[in-house]
Amino acid sequence: MDIQKMRDSRVLINEMNYSIEPIERGYANRTLYINIGDGSIQEKPVTPLMKEKFVGGKGFGLYYLWDAVTPETKWDSPENEIIIAGGPICGITQYPGAGKALVCTISPLTGIPIDSNVGGYFGPLLKFSGWDALELQGKADKDVIVFIDGNKGIVRIEEAPAEAVDGHVLGEQLTEMYADSEEDKRNVAVVTAGTAAEHTHVGLLNFTFYDMRRQAVRLKQAGRGGIGSVFRNKRIKALVVKYQGVKGDLNHPADLKPIAATGIKYHKNMCKLDSKQNNMRKIGTANIIEVMDRYDLLPTHNFKFGGHPDVYKIESKVFIEKYVTQGLPDGCWYGCSMACAKAADNFELLTGPYKGDKVVVDGPEYENAAGLGSNCGIFDPQAILELNFYCDTYAIDAISFGTLTAFIMDCYTRGIINAEITGGLELTFGNSLAALELLHQMSRGEGFGLIAGQGVSGMKRIFVKEYGADPSVLQDIGMEQKGLEYSQYMPKESLAQQGGYGLTNKGPQHDEAWLIFMDMVNNQIPTFEDKAEALHYFPMFRTWFGLYGLCKLPWNDMTPEGNKFTDEPAKIPEHVDNYVAICNGVTGKGLDKKELIRESERVYNFQRLFNIRMGKGLRANDAVPYRSLGPVTPEEYLSRQERYDQQMIEIIGISPEGKTVEEKVAITRKHREAQYEKLIDAVYARRGWTPGGVPTIEHLKEIGMDLPYVLEVAQKALNTAE
Amino acid sequence: MTVLVKNEALCIGCGACEEACSQAFFKDKNPAKSSIRVFSKGEGEGEGFRLVTCTQCGVCANECQPMALKADARGIIKLNKKDCVNCYICVGYCPEEAMMQHDDYLEPFKCVACGLCAKACPTAAIAIQKQ
Repeated sequence: MDIQKMRDSRVLINEMNYSIEPIERGYANRTLYINIGDGSIQEKPVTPLMKEKFVGGKGFGLYYLWDAVTPETKWDSPENEIIIAGGPICGITQYPGAGKALVCTISPLTGIPIDSNVGGYFGPLLKFSGWDALELQGKADKDVIVFIDGNKGIVRIEEAPAEAVDGHVLGEQLTEMYADSEEDKRNVAVVTAGTAAEHTHVGLLNFTFYDMRRQAVRLKQAGRGGIGSVFRNKRIKALVVKYQGVKGDLNHPADLKPIAATGIKYHKNMCKLDSKQNNMRKIGTANIIEVMDRYDLLPTHNFKFGGHPDVYKIESKVFIEKYVTQGLPDGCWYGCSMACAKAADNFELLTGPYKGDKVVVDGPEYENAAGLGSNCGIFDPQAILELNFYCDTYAIDAISFGTLTAFIMDCYTRGIINAEITGGLELTFGNSLAALELLHQMSRGEGFGLIAGQGVSGMKRIFVKEYGADPSVLQDIGMEQKGLEYSQYMPKESLAQQGGYGLTNKGPQHDEAWLIFMDMVNNQIPTFEDKAEALHYFPMFRTWFGLYGLCKLPWNDMTPEGNKFTDEPAKIPEHVDNYVAICNGVTGKGLDKKELIRESERVYNFQRLFNIRMGKGLRANDAVPYRSLGPVTPEEYLSRQERYDQQMIEIIGISPEGKTVEEKVAITRKHREAQYEKLIDAVYARRGWTPGGVPTIEHLKEIGMDLPYVLEVAQKALNTAE
Repeated sequence: MTVLVKNEALCIGCGACEEACSQAFFKDKNPAKSSIRVFSKGEGEGEGFRLVTCTQCGVCANECQPMALKADARGIIKLNKKDCVNCYICVGYCPEEAMMQHDDYLEPFKCVACGLCAKACPTAAIAIQKQ
């Protein structure tokens, strides 16, 4: 890597010097606006209204995005923005999972705001450099890099023609370039996309952190919704922030004592309980591969089935024993004793442009193992890790890639598409080499990779228009909603999780509500009312993490002893109290747990109205593909015949005897679709929305999201509905 | 490796070790600021005192993400305050609960096997030993 040559080819576009000010109670109190198109750089104040109504993180992202766009704005319009913001708790070092940044933009997949929660050091170092948020607007005509020096107070935009584009190479190059020494590398954080983000709608952003023990740059992903595609469309090659001198009190919290005490209590519990509970420190989220299989919840063959006899080949033990390095403190920000940012070291690649290289693979996360693995019928750990690596470095969302490839394989198997259409790629379930080649095509911008890169929603349109596919079949088996691919949980047998996916703001991602176990396994929310309450509380509680710059995993991937004896074990009351304590410790707000939910309700309803403003966000947009509700095909029905037949007798009140499988599929479908509609009614009512899905004026006033321009959008939607 | 060893049966609970330690490192005779701690034995533990001391096992250093905790040439685990980010994972993970934290200071602190406590101990319940 010739760093000097890269430096020499740089051309300065603009530079701004700024004063270094201390952070107060979690806020730098200003944000950084950069227009990549005209090269302007501007400082903006954080207003009391922003703090009160939007808090920070995703709240700030949506606030700025609303201002930047119009209902006509598309993902590739110059006025579309990418906003990166931490939030007031972001950057504390004492409590696990406190280094998250939230990234918002208008998504190329959905046309509405997407928000993605990402680790790595960029979010905290951006704040310590003096910025609560970074807004990127406009489009450059040449590749640029933005550099922020948080110690010297410099922001610089430069043309950067010589650096690589792929994430793992570019991350290394820029860390090397901006660090003064090996020891200094941990003070540099980089945001990159990758080559495939230039040719697809499923591009992601990589956020780096320097791993001192591996002496390697690690990548964490803002994966969902194609933010990397927007990034490359703007011709941004990378963002770099450098800040030396991280300490535990840089947020200047109102009171550090409760934060320290809460953090130490958590670390002790983690030390004692993780090996008895989820093994997060050994294998991270991938610990649940076999658990999902056992409960018939592991998406398999494009969500047809919930498990497979070959899952033992990719269960977590295999990755622990053969691939993922053990015993390292793998936090994606300081202070994370959950340490789930696992990695496979010295992994030799067998395909593609980096064939033969020994690389660090960040993962596998559960989502990658399920999406790239079972959902595509791939039960080969080597292939899963290679797909995982290339998704990251090319900047392809592994969740979307898994679901869209599974969809292609389903279509291929059914004869909806064929080898002629795919350019010779035999995209059948289990063909990992074909899946890898599809990924390489996305990177090169070639062949069927370009079609696949449009996502499931784009492919549905193309398959109908170009290849005469039956749109109703594609609607049933194409696992996308609002344009976003489903993440990797089987919602078929849990009505609450069907709503957990279907009634989200950004599209079917499990970060709003993950209710499968509560609903299906533990039967804790049997009635529609119970489910509606869960589909109010959990999305609001989980939204809150994104306002403050927090990770959700420390909340529920370890539970304190005695949790099951509490009033509401699913909420994990001790951990909710922890969050109240650290929030008040940082901000001095004096919130209680009810006010915490109220903070989220404001932003959640704002986002719902933002969707409505952009032409989605109504009841029609909360419809889901039938495969997420029940068995589409006889094959799926037969795989669970006993259960479905029994449900027909006990719940629907019809005898399955003497009926053909097709008839039973139809009866089940009619029932399940009606149940989903009933669920929508109950959830909308609980959330303060009309049956059409519009937040009412009274509700908006009650929760304090009563900004005139927001009420205007609500009123217009309410008038139209009438 | 040099390490502080203990014989709890000899401890009379006078607290001289805690005073010597906190005085030497924080200019404050305050047990909460000492790297060695003396506690009366709890229920079911019998009579006498329990001593919390560091065995220099290195668990804290393994857990330290910024690598601020490292063993020196004598095998003593020492904290480089400049590199410490005050996350306190070391405090939570110490198997002896001998990594200490006090709200007056950002950095945690621990025994460096200096031997001042052993010198102050009237009953030789603690001693510095080369292993």
